[in-house]
Amino acid sequence: MSRAAAARVVVVDAGGANLGSVCYALERLGVRPDVVDAPAGLDGADRVILPGVGAAPEAMRRLQAQGLVEPLRALRAPLLGICLGMQLLYERSEEGDVECLGLLPGVVRRLTPALGVRIPHMGWNGLRAMRPSPLLDGVAEGASAYFVHSYAAPVTAATVATSEHGGLFTAMVQDGRRCGAQFHPERSAATGARILRNFLEMDC
Amino acid sequence: MLSRRIIPCLDVRDGRVVKGVRFRDHVDMGDIVELALRYRDEGADELVFYDIGASPGGRSVDHSWVERVARLIDIPFCVAGGIRDVATARRVLHAGADKVSVNSPALERPALVSELADAFGVQCVVVGIDSIREADGQWRVRTNTGDPSKTRAPGMRTLDWIVEVQRLGAGEIVLNCMDSDGVRRGYDIEQLRQARALCAVPLVASGGAGEPEHFAAAFEQADVDGALAASVFHSGAIPIPALKRFLRQREIEVRDA
Repeated sequence: MSRAAAARVVVVDAGGANLGSVCYALERLGVRPDVVDAPAGLDGADRVILPGVGAAPEAMRRLQAQGLVEPLRALRAPLLGICLGMQLLYERSEEGDVECLGLLPGVVRRLTPALGVRIPHMGWNGLRAMRPSPLLDGVAEGASAYFVHSYAAPVTAATVATSEHGGLFTAMVQDGRRCGAQFHPERSAATGARILRNFLEMDC
Repeated sequence: MLSRRIIPCLDVRDGRVVKGVRFRDHVDMGDIVELALRYRDEGADELVFYDIGASPGGRSVDHSWVERVARLIDIPFCVAGGIRDVATARRVLHAGADKVSVNSPALERPALVSELADAFGVQCVVVGIDSIREADGQWRVRTNTGDPSKTRAPGMRTLDWIVEVQRLGAGEIVLNCMDSDGVRRGYDIEQLRQARALCAVPLVASGGAGEPEHFAAAFEQADVDGALAASVFHSGAIPIPALKRFLRQREIEVRDA
């Protein structure tokens, strides 16, 4: 059994419609995740994934109602936020002007529409590495990932890879054990599978 | 840079992929998962599954195949057909679809678009539009086009509907130009250009693809975000890898698979 398959992987049910897709992607990697919607479910987790599709205020309300906000802030295990789940790791989101988990510095802002720049940003876009990270192991420069979003996190010191849609934004982030992907690794073919596997196997 | 998307559309009935004139003379093309994986391997950027057992009959659709696809496929896919309320959309999305597409039910009850956007976010909500040029030169929408005996003309101008569905919360529009559909003489560039001018969300061209050149024209001349086709992919007339090589030579950004 691979190291990834031996770990206890928890997927947080924050109400996002992509919960199933994330679980299926993990199953394709040989991992059977536990889906949790209460703080006790985080106990003993080796890896925690926070997926999300929808709007930031509703997602934060749901995490509050489940009593998951403080446990996620205090989490010791590596955490991967996906799409909206990544945006929730930052201090605030302009979407509904809501306070988020504050695990990463910065404010999530709406993408700026322009000529030829359609919102939502929907489709395959290239990843440009900004600094080394185990998340990028085996991922070719310029590899494409599948994005669907209207808000994005700024480029900061924690940015691992950027993508461009109107302007540069953070496509992948890592600050120690706190990781995020703005795109959907579960829907990003081999590139996405590799990034998920890197998260499951990374040393931290 | 954002790639232009190549999107095969598969007609589904009772969990099998079929082809033929919709609602008659169906030829079984095989298992939905096998065909989905084949297109994934060939480099399709996204798939649309059109459930043809749906709208005209008004019956609810068995979407159990959605989960089977979602478990194995690792590219995004959209489910169209038979979605006329939030509860059905929720079942489809929770089974693993990335987007739902609504067409006739949205024209019958436009609030459906807002309800879906409020429940799931605009990024999940695709509005499909079947459009035909009428004698006065205006494009107008059609409903229930899957069954010619049930097709209706509600009188709505296509360009007005494009504006309206964005206001309601459409996150993407698929414009099926019926005059060119199935003819393989190319996408309706003029109509797509006019739609593009009014469309701030992603726009997908549908209807008329017969040659690689047609895809290039839609991207270059109408600036669409994606191009959908069925028969040229199913028949093997245009292999997706060759199509992408062709587009790349034209300096159109496409994803390497």
